Amino acid sequence: MSLNDADLSALIITLQLAGLTTLILLLLGTPLALWLASTRWRFKFLIEAVVALPLVLPPTVLGFYLLITLGPHGPVGGFMEWMGGRSLVFTFTGLVIGSVFYSMPFVVQPLQNAFTAIGHRPLEVAATLRAGPLDRFLTVTLPMARSGFLTAAVLGFAHTVGEFGVVLMIGGSIPGETRVLSIAIYDHVEALEYGRAHWLAGGLLILSFVMLVVVYGLNRRFRVLQP
Amino acid sequence: MSIETRFRISRSDFALDIDLALPGRDVTAVFGPSGSGKTTFLRAVAGLEHDPDGCVKVGDMLWQDGAHFVPTHERSIGFVFQEASLFSHLDVRRNLEYGLRRVPESARKVSLDRAIELLGIGPLLARRTDGLSGGERQRVAIARALAVSPGILMMDEPLAAVDLGHKQEIMPYLESLHDELDIPVLYVSHAIDEVASLADTLVLLEAGRAVACGPTRELLTRPDLPLLHDPDAEALVETVVAEHDEAFHLTYLDFPGGRFAVTRHSLTVGDVVRLRVLARDVSLTLARPTGTTILNVFPATIEDVVREDPAQVLVRLTAGGITLLSRITARSAAELELKPGRTVYAQVKAVALLT
Repeated sequence: MSLNDADLSALIITLQLAGLTTLILLLLGTPLALWLASTRWRFKFLIEAVVALPLVLPPTVLGFYLLITLGPHGPVGGFMEWMGGRSLVFTFTGLVIGSVFYSMPFVVQPLQNAFTAIGHRPLEVAATLRAGPLDRFLTVTLPMARSGFLTAAVLGFAHTVGEFGVVLMIGGSIPGETRVLSIAIYDHVEALEYGRAHWLAGGLLILSFVMLVVVYGLNRRFRVLQP
Repeated sequence: MSIETRFRISRSDFALDIDLALPGRDVTAVFGPSGSGKTTFLRAVAGLEHDPDGCVKVGDMLWQDGAHFVPTHERSIGFVFQEASLFSHLDVRRNLEYGLRRVPESARKVSLDRAIELLGIGPLLARRTDGLSGGERQRVAIARALAVSPGILMMDEPLAAVDLGHKQEIMPYLESLHDELDIPVLYVSHAIDEVASLADTLVLLEAGRAVACGPTRELLTRPDLPLLHDPDAEALVETVVAEHDEAFHLTYLDFPGGRFAVTRHSLTVGDVVRLRVLARDVSLTLARPTGTTILNVFPATIEDVVREDPAQVLVRLTAGGITLLSRITARSAAELELKPGRTVYAQVKAVALLT
């Protein structure tokens, strides 16, 4: 017995969701982390606390508020319906939005730590060597923070793959749209299909382990390169 | 060309209030104790500190005034930080090329090969930066700064973070830069020996203010300045190579107050050579000493006798119009009744040659 079409579709949805979420988080999280690493604003800790919230908040709480916000009577969902679209709950887009919030700390924190570790000095050196701001970012910050980016991408991806509570609250389990692996496992167990659940659960376990091994392995090699 | 600077920076723990015109040639040292604001001053000239009311004008180029601010990467500078701060993700060659590649071909006056040769780092090019010694790292950093053909080379205590051995390794390279390249240097330091060896002009900072600015030789021995009371207080003497004594392997150097004998150096007769004479290496006698092993003895007139602490005094002397310093015990000064106007003989135990 191996993956049937329904499970395969859940796997594809999961990978799409995690990939897209990671991409969006890297794009949004990089400027946010850069700002957090460099600002001297005295209330920066408030933003840091907001970013870290999903670490401690039960996913159902986050999911509940997202359901309210994205739903047809919430500000975002209401606006979408008023524009002639439909509310974002029980859609793939809604899942992506939820996942972005849910996995935010796993991307922003490694990036912020990496940028803080670089410090101001290498960028000042680059400025005295004629490199402008974008040039400095591309040729100094990016390469020096590469292990931070790798950690951020893998943790963001893996954490999104493992998401359950938020999906359950705002995504439901619509096959081909919002039915991700973790939901599929839950459904299989509910239906007492333990064999199918084993396949998916074991697959996720191995996938997560391999990703973490890659992160820790590469980070160790990077550290040898740049003490 | 001259470098005009004006800054008024206030921080909670420190204020900088400076209005200075510096010569845009040779080596100008900014000297002061830690916390005097010398690093902040240098960083402000480089544009790394932004004083909104500051003003920097280099020759006819305006780098900043109230309305206008040229960012650091558009200023024609080379900057050497206290820690070499090499890019750890690049090897030595790529570190050197980082700035060079960003300078248009037409503005390149110092070739990479020349910078590599001047700092003696040819054998290091393929190395990773984390395998270099402190002295090697700082030499690479200096070459990297030179490779952008800077209009001004700025150095922020480049030797403060390296140990004594590496300091002696780097000093000759710094001294040669002065002769080999026609680039004005702004050199920040709190070490009097570096300043005396390298700088033509000296700016003295204290608590964020410039208390004096002038030729190094004059400022080193001025009675109203704190340089006189540094443990390494010294005088600079300009001499001319007079002749070589092959029999005794000596070189004779003339100055208006007499003739120095130093061990044979490969110098050309007629060359101008600066000598550093430390105050602690000069002792005084009332009569011309006989039966002494010290070769360098000059008649001199006492200018001042300054009490430094209960045990020591510092005596300023002139020999042929040139100022020398002598640090002796207060007891000797009392027993010899040393006072201004008195003629004495200065015995110089040791000198250091600056070429």
